[in-house]
This record gives sequence, structure tokens and C-alpha cells, in this order.
Amino acid sequence: MARSHKAEAHSRPQNSRARPAQSRAADLDRLIHEPIRLGIVSALAVNDTMTFNELKDLLKTTDGNLSVHARKLEEGQYVACEKYFAGRVPRTEYRLTAAGRRALETYLEHMEALIRATRET
Amino acid sequence: MKPAKVVSINERAIEHLKYIRDTMERAGSFTAVPGWGGILMGVSALMTGLVSGHLPSKNLWFISWLGEAAVALAIGGWAMAQKAKASQSALLDGPGRKFALSLCPGMIAGAVLTVVLFQQQLFGLMPGTWLLLYGVSVVTGGAFSVKVVPIMGLSFMGLGTIALFAPVDLANWFMAAGFGALHIIFGVVIARRYGG
Repeated sequence: MARSHKAEAHSRPQNSRARPAQSRAADLDRLIHEPIRLGIVSALAVNDTMTFNELKDLLKTTDGNLSVHARKLEEGQYVACEKYFAGRVPRTEYRLTAAGRRALETYLEHMEALIRATRET
Repeated sequence: MKPAKVVSINERAIEHLKYIRDTMERAGSFTAVPGWGGILMGVSALMTGLVSGHLPSKNLWFISWLGEAAVALAIGGWAMAQKAKASQSALLDGPGRKFALSLCPGMIAGAVLTVVLFQQQLFGLMPGTWLLLYGVSVVTGGAFSVKVVPIMGLSFMGLGTIALFAPVDLANWFMAAGFGALHIIFGVVIARRYGG
């Protein structure tokens, strides 16, 4: 959680007061705005790596759903995926890339700016 | 209509921030238990086991393991703090706090029983009691962690139960096997699979 507070703490977009909330909402990173994808990125922000099954348990989703959303994050280069065998068991492991971490921080900045903007309205 | 829409955006933004925070807290459970700390605790217990087996009195044996408990507590606390720092998560927030609080009842019960057993000079029952109640603590604390943690707790409980019925001569071996070997084995698994 320190991570999110940290990200929020330094998030003061310079022009946040000048722009309406609706305009800011349109700027949101759609790639991580979807709940499962936001969950994946958030979980990986506090763990070096997490396996497919750990993420599935955490986010309480199905194999197919997680697979589709993880693939989209991979394509956007927000997460990196490594597949290997632990003994005879195939394992898929994910980690957050620098771009993914920046995207989450930006997303948090947007959220905070949205809240500030609507409170000022 | 415009104000209603603005409120909705605000609420949704707060919801999203809450979702991110909750996910991070729940995901943080995967890093609550330090694998390398467990290995160090195990090595320290094995060394204590080597020394305490040759001590001339039961009281000294007891003191040596009390000292080991203090060392293990310090190692565990330090390792948890390091791991929390590495993953940029708060040690006493969310899962870390739940884990620590869940460990407490079993530990406190163990401390109370230790005083009773010492007063009665029942040294032979101490290893079984310690292993059993440490196992209970790890199982309850492990409810907020990865599956391997409660499994480790169950292993301690199993070993403790056997120790309670085993000959007193084997007491020190059970201590070394539990607090030494089990910590090292599970420490290696946690360190390799759950990031240190």
C-alpha cells in the first residue's frame, strides 16, 4: 500500500485545476482501467512476481478471463510473462514492467485529479 | 443533470482507488512471510540444538532455547521488515498486521504453558508443547498468507504431537528437527516461490 500512497502523494498534475472532470476521465488509460487488468497491475506492483494461479486466486476469476486480460497487458508491455517448468508442472509467472509501473502511477494520478476536480465543481 | 454525473465520476474514482488499495493489500499476503528469514531461523535453531544437547543441566537447556526463541523472533521481525521494505508495502498494515495478530494467541498460550511446565520442571513436555503451539500460530497466521505457510504450521503441529508422545531423550532432536529443519525446508520453498 505504501506504493499507492507514494504514487498518490507526488501526483499533482500541474493543470489539474484547469480541466473539467469529464475531460480528465477521457484521458484514462483504458488498458488498465478494466477491473481485472487493474487488479493484475496492482497486485504485481507489490510483488516481484506472481504466478498465473496466484493471480487467479487473488482476483477470483477464471483461467480464460485472466488469460485474455494478462495477454492484453503483455501486448501493451505493461507486464512481462515467463513460462517454465517447476519439475513437471508448467508454470506461468508475471512481473510488472517499468512501463506498467509508470502506467499505474499515472492512473492513480488521474484518479486523484478526478476526485479533486469534482470536489471543486 | 450535470451535477449528478460529476458526483458519479467522483464516486467511481474513489471506488477505483479503493479497489487498487484492497488488491494491493490482499496481494501483499504473498510477501508477508520471509523465506530467507525462515532459513536463518532454522540455521540458528540447528546451532542451538547442537549446543543445548551437551549442556550439563536441564535449566541451562531451557535457557538456551529461550535465548534461541528471542534470536528467532528478532530474525523473523527483521526479515519481515526487510521483505516489506523491498516490496514497498507497510509491515503493520493489511496482511502483515493480520498475520502478526493471528500469530499472537498461539504464542501467548505457548508462553503461559512454558511458565507452568518450568514451574513443574516438566522439561520433557516442552518441545512437544512448543512445536504444537508454534504450529497452531503459523496455521492461524497462514490463513492470511500463501498456502505453503499453513502447511508449514500443520507440519509443526504434527511433529509436536509426535514429540509429546516420544521418549524424553529425543526432546532435543525434535527441537532441531522442527525449529531447525522444518524452518529451513519451508524457508527454501517460500524464498524460491514467493520472492525471498
